[in-house]
Amino acid sequence: MRYHPLTGEDRADMLARIGAENIDALFADVPEGKLLHEPLPLAPHKSELEVERILSNMAARNVAASHVPFFVGCGAYKHHVPSAVDHLIQRSEFLTSYTPYQPEIAQGTLQYLFEFQTQVAALTGMDVANASMYDGSTGTAEAVLMAHRITKRRKAVLSGGLHPHYAEVVRTLSQMANDEVVTLAPDVMAREDMLAAIDADISCVVIQTPDVFGNLRDLSAIAAACHAKGALLIAVFTEAISLGLLKSPGAMGADIVVGEGQSIGNALSFGGPYVGLFATREKYVRQMPGRLCGQTIDAEGRRGFVLTLSTREQHIRREKATSNICTNSGLCCLAFTIHMTLLGETGLERLARVNHANAVLLADAIADVPGAEVLNETFFNEFTIRVRGDAGDVLARMAERGVLGGVRASRLLPNAGVEDLIIVANTEVNMDEDRAAFVDALRAATSGAH
Amino acid sequence: MLHQQARATKPAAHATRASQTFTGNRGLDLEDPLIFEIGRSEVTGVDVDAPATTKTRLGALERTDPIGLPGVSEPEAIRHYVRLSRMNAAIDANIYPLGSCTMKHNPRLNEKMARLPGFGDVHPLQPQATVQGALALIDALAKNLLNLTNMSAVAMSPKAGAHGELCGLMAIKQAIITRGEEKTRRVILVPDSAHGTNPATAALLGFEVKSVPGDADGDVHLDAAKALIGPDVAAIMLTNPNTCGLFERDIVEIARAVHDAGGYFYCDGANFNAIVGKVRPGDLGVDAMHINLHKTFSTPHGGGGPGAGPVVLSARLAPYAPVPFIVRDGDALRLVEHTEGTQSFGRMTAFHGQMGMFVRAYAYILSHGADGLRQASEDAVLNANYVRACLADLMSQPFGERPCMHEALFDDAWLKGTGVTTLDFAKAMIDEGYHPMTMYFPLVVHGAMLIEPTESESLASLDLFVATLRDLAMSAKRGETERFTGAPHLAPRRRLDETGAARKPVLKWSPPVPIRDAAE
Repeated sequence: MRYHPLTGEDRADMLARIGAENIDALFADVPEGKLLHEPLPLAPHKSELEVERILSNMAARNVAASHVPFFVGCGAYKHHVPSAVDHLIQRSEFLTSYTPYQPEIAQGTLQYLFEFQTQVAALTGMDVANASMYDGSTGTAEAVLMAHRITKRRKAVLSGGLHPHYAEVVRTLSQMANDEVVTLAPDVMAREDMLAAIDADISCVVIQTPDVFGNLRDLSAIAAACHAKGALLIAVFTEAISLGLLKSPGAMGADIVVGEGQSIGNALSFGGPYVGLFATREKYVRQMPGRLCGQTIDAEGRRGFVLTLSTREQHIRREKATSNICTNSGLCCLAFTIHMTLLGETGLERLARVNHANAVLLADAIADVPGAEVLNETFFNEFTIRVRGDAGDVLARMAERGVLGGVRASRLLPNAGVEDLIIVANTEVNMDEDRAAFVDALRAATSGAH
Repeated sequence: MLHQQARATKPAAHATRASQTFTGNRGLDLEDPLIFEIGRSEVTGVDVDAPATTKTRLGALERTDPIGLPGVSEPEAIRHYVRLSRMNAAIDANIYPLGSCTMKHNPRLNEKMARLPGFGDVHPLQPQATVQGALALIDALAKNLLNLTNMSAVAMSPKAGAHGELCGLMAIKQAIITRGEEKTRRVILVPDSAHGTNPATAALLGFEVKSVPGDADGDVHLDAAKALIGPDVAAIMLTNPNTCGLFERDIVEIARAVHDAGGYFYCDGANFNAIVGKVRPGDLGVDAMHINLHKTFSTPHGGGGPGAGPVVLSARLAPYAPVPFIVRDGDALRLVEHTEGTQSFGRMTAFHGQMGMFVRAYAYILSHGADGLRQASEDAVLNANYVRACLADLMSQPFGERPCMHEALFDDAWLKGTGVTTLDFAKAMIDEGYHPMTMYFPLVVHGAMLIEPTESESLASLDLFVATLRDLAMSAKRGETERFTGAPHLAPRRRLDETGAARKPVLKWSPPVPIRDAAE
């Protein structure tokens, strides 16, 4: 077996050195009758060539985003990632190292985490960011717990524009932790009255911008209302590229900003692994979940970096920790920071402008399709359209023409009366011919519906 | 707490560097400033086409202030990250014997497979008819995990081991709620040797955590456990093999006791890699166990993530598994994404779990097969026992001559009177080119040193490792303390001031203050 260096002779010599008669002597502590003596009902080992054939056949049964005009978003976005990113994250020293517990021989990881934290803080307009969470949705649930700790209240209000899966993750954890959650009704047009939901009992409001339907939301008045009642504003985003063009949540008064970083540096990968971004105000840093990297000096006075404030964490505090989280999303966060470093401010802003302009072009083109209507007043690179008939049928007919045209809103919100809505994302990868294909397919699909 | 004080380093005084250079570089060891010190906001390493001219639809929400992000060209970026990478230890370069962390070889085939466009470039919300191969892979991996564990169901979506613990305890809590016992079953029993995530997870869900002591042989104290098990106990969380690297000898009896009292048995599966193909957790009475794909099935640790933590469940807990899960619909596979009409407790994450890790883990399982998986466990256990046997005359072991599983545990009794601590000993290993073992964990052993060589090491590699540790041990006993207390001498950095870092946290780069402002 190609991965095992020991030979039969080695094994015999080692058992002799140990003083064990055979390998099962080392398993002597396994209770009577529980040690398996027959191999498991699995096939024997396979060559690299065989494994490659099996997996390539499975992969070939899926439609890859790059192979078709692709407009699917809602929390994960198809972007172009520079070749340098994937090359660099596969460096052995990044790929095959552990959490940087021994900082003297992990400065590579620690320095990029420090750079990552600085980039995320700048992007979100906040004071400090952590070294990442599993993804945007788990980060959102952690943000709610953090708000409960800070305010010593246990009730959260979720906007009807929050990604329904994020809301479900928050509700699941809150219900299990005996905390209260109020979820406002699905809010397709960004018309909900959030101010009416803010009172002195709530710990936080969770609001997403751009929201799941693509609408942009001004958070300033909501932040002010939260602060007047002693509550926190948690701002969520799922499209990190949008921060290159939009006012930052920090500038609008958010107390905790959490989002999905997949768009920058990371592949779609059918939903994971992704990277949760998490930032807050300086005064709340000791209530933050997750790993933090800090600057210090070594015994020779040279600048270096270490994991810090670990007295918040489970390995020290055990049942009194701020979170049970034990890892971050290391390699995904490396991919994020490399891509961000390559882009720089100029590249990010330009990329964001291309995304927005492409989406505007598509929205304008859809306006000419009978039986389809763009609902948003504002959007970044994603918007919601209403179609004649069932959105699932329309998308299926578009798929028959080779166009993956978006996400039907009812997949995220069953029984919410949104069966005729499609959420459409348009990024820099969509060219004029892709948009033309979209419009043709949509026209054909909706004209067939009754 | 002892381990905490012992772990944080605070260098006494500034040492002088052995060999000063003009650049600060040492031969091939190259320093690089922060990207904020070398990049400029007007530079970019990505050529983006000009945006089309359109009106904007941003309302009044367009950004007006600069962000403050530097950019660099592609060659500068490559150099920056390559230089950084060379400051890291890695399993690809040498044994990385971190006990409990399982740093074994990461096959490159698995990286290649995860990047096939049909896996890496598919969206979680594409129409399900366009991702049947992806669903088939998740389903096939799930079936393999059930085969290896003899359990009834598996929740694939948890994103890491600790997230898996959360999932498992939520399933247990939901079962207790369904039984109408949430008011009375409020206790989770956790051994004092457990990973910190266990009590943290239980506390997160509002359970009361009660600690179970260990016995003199390194097992959970059976009588103490039995005395604590009662009608108020929701579950016991046991790690098996445990954090002392030992198989819990009374595990079946403890499982029976907790079941008899109406509770559940959560097994922390962090150390499953020692027993794959040798013992099935389902045969031991386990109700829920997370599997760290990044340990047992060798998906890369990546400097601290991403991991993946699927949770296998017994028949009693299977109905409460989180969404999404996969069902067969005729010839097709279908994701159930909502809890309506199910007994599911809810949702752990936005999408379907760590697909990239699923592909790698499945490639690992196919490559190893039944014979290779079993051999991997046996070699991991053999290597650990070999290290133990080769060091037993010099370094003390808290639990005597008992065979270990995949990791060998030593304490610091043998260092008494030498002036060298576990931390010093570990840091001296760095000068010899080795990543230290896990230190000061488990907490129940004084000055613990937990060595997990894994099955990836050759006999020659183990012999050199053992010879090095013997040389260091004898050096410590001879009183050559400077080799230890000043270590590491030869790493990219000397000991770092962790105490100072925590006292005045600097968590991001700030522009230098201009001299005239600083003077005011």
